[in-house]
Parts: sequence; structure tokens; C-alpha cells
Amino acid sequence: MIPPTDADIRKRQRARATMMALALGVFVILMFGITIAKMSMAP
Amino acid sequence: MANIATLPVSVLPADWRDFVALTKPRVMSLVVFTGLCGLLVAPAPIHPVLGFTAILCIALGAGAAAALNMWYEADLDALMKRTANRPLPAGRMDRDSALHFGVGLGVFSVLLMGVATNWFAASILAASILFYVLVYTIWLKRRTPQNIVIGGAAGAFPPMIGWAAATGDVTLLPLLLFTLIFLWTPPHFWALSLFVRSDYAAAGVPMLPVVSGPTVTRQQVALYTLPMAAAAIAPWPLGLAGPLYGIAAIVLSAFFLALSLAVLANKATEPGGMRPEKRLFAFSIVYLFGMFGALVLDRWLLA
Repeated sequence: MIPPTDADIRKRQRARATMMALALGVFVILMFGITIAKMSMAP
Repeated sequence: MANIATLPVSVLPADWRDFVALTKPRVMSLVVFTGLCGLLVAPAPIHPVLGFTAILCIALGAGAAAALNMWYEADLDALMKRTANRPLPAGRMDRDSALHFGVGLGVFSVLLMGVATNWFAASILAASILFYVLVYTIWLKRRTPQNIVIGGAAGAFPPMIGWAAATGDVTLLPLLLFTLIFLWTPPHFWALSLFVRSDYAAAGVPMLPVVSGPTVTRQQVALYTLPMAAAAIAPWPLGLAGPLYGIAAIVLSAFFLALSLAVLANKATEPGGMRPEKRLFAFSIVYLFGMFGALVLDRWLLA
């Protein structure tokens, strides 16, 4: 097996970090939406 | 049996696509659909954002259970052609990453469900994840040919969770939907395991076709179809669903029964001659989509 280069590892880390950032962004938007929904349902 | 210590491990950090693969996205589609239908037929309206969150949590919970299943079964997966290219047996990810991902995703899905909807739905979601991982994967799967009979309960929870997310309780209809999926699972899985029997035998998994042979398995497939059909049709005479659902349930269940009788009549022992089993397996997926789709249409069009 050919050992991965530094560039390969950095590329993989960058892709994972990007996906994690996107997931966190979606989570923030979702929490905002949940809060608004709960407030609109409050008596 | 493959030793976990001998599984190949990549020196590269796992790709994000491999984390997605850990969640078994194709299996998840059926879980999400039945959960969504449970939510849509519930008598209490739910805010669209909260409904979306509930379905997302069901999907994430199913993904967590699948990831933990792959974490525990990496050694078995390495021995089966069908699963050898999964991230762990293929060496694209280390086991700890899968474990941490599965536990993290499971806890996150339960907490989010509790915050967004109610803690009753969250507790059923937690129970379904734990049931799939502890009861099915760790306890039953390697010990008994009844593994998928009891373990099938884990996949039957989603419509109940969807219903509970909307209403905060569970009544007879979600219990019948649970029973339908519970009784559907054995013929569905045994049809598959008949034509991948050599895979399960190679891995030492005591699936019914491996332990008792194809003839007994085919009898069991046909036998389970009868109570499954009864559970499928029951909501109509009980007044829990209308005629659209009732007719769809009768037609789809009759077709399912016809295919299971074709399986019963088949004598082939090699996968090449198992066309009836492959047809039943494929149709069983359509069947569940059809049943739940009909229930939602019935509720929404005829209510």
C-alpha cells in the first residue's frame, strides 16, 4: 500500500472540516426554527 | 471468523462519505418513510418545522443504530461479499471512529427529539436504538435463528415514534403499524437470506436458512405472511382507516401471499434458481411503501 502524502491527509481533513461546518450551520438554523415554532405555539 | 485486530486500517482520516455510508442510507429511506407516515396520520397537527425535526431525528437515530451495528459486526462484514466493502472491513475507517460517531449521533438524535417534540417520543427513539444495538446486534444475531424475528421490533418503532412526536401518546393504530412491520420483517429478511445463505454460512451467522435449511425457511416465510396480512388489514374493520387503505391492504397482501406461496413451491437450493425469493424480497419493500402510502392517502383524501 502506498502511504498517503501530507497533501492527501490535508485534503481529507479539509473535506471533513467543511462537512462538519455545514452540519453545524444547519443545526444552528434548525435550532432557530425550533425556537420560533415553539414560540408561535405558546398560548 | 475474522479477528477484529487483523482488520486493515487506513492511515488516512476517514472520508466524510464513509461516515454517511455507516448510517446505511438505503435502509434509512424505509425507516424515514414509515416514521413520516406515522406522523402524518396522527390526529394531532404538528408544526412543520417540528415535524421535519422529528423525522430528521428518526433518520439520525436509525443512522446511529446502523453505525453501531457496523462497529460491532466489522469482523462478520469482512467475511461476507455483500458487506466486505463497508468502511470498517475495507479498512477505510478505524473502529473507534465508528463507535464515537454512532454513540454521538444516537445521543444527539434523542436529545434533539426531546427538545423539539416531547420526551415520550424521545424515549421510544432511545429504546429503538438500544434495542437494535443491544438486543439484536450484540445479543441475538450471533446466537439464534430467531434473531430477526425478535430483532425486527427495532425496525418497527418509527411509525410509533412519528405518531408519538405529534400526539405525545401511543394508541391502537400505531401499535398495529408496529405489529405490521414486526411481522413483515421475517418474510422480508428470510427471502433475502435464502439467496445469500452462503454469505451468512461463511460468516457463521445462524440465520434460519443456514440452521434449518431452505425448506423450513420457505414454510416460515409463508406462515408469517398470514398474521402479517391480518395485521395489515386490521385497521380497516376496526374503523381506524378507511376503504382506500382497506382495499390497498387486501390487494397488496394478497400479492404478497401469492409471492410467498411461489417461494414455498420453489425447491431450488442455489441462488441462481431463487427467482421467487428475489421477487418476494423486492416486492416486500414495495409492499411496505404501498401500505403506508395508502394509509396516508386514505387519511388525507377521505378524512
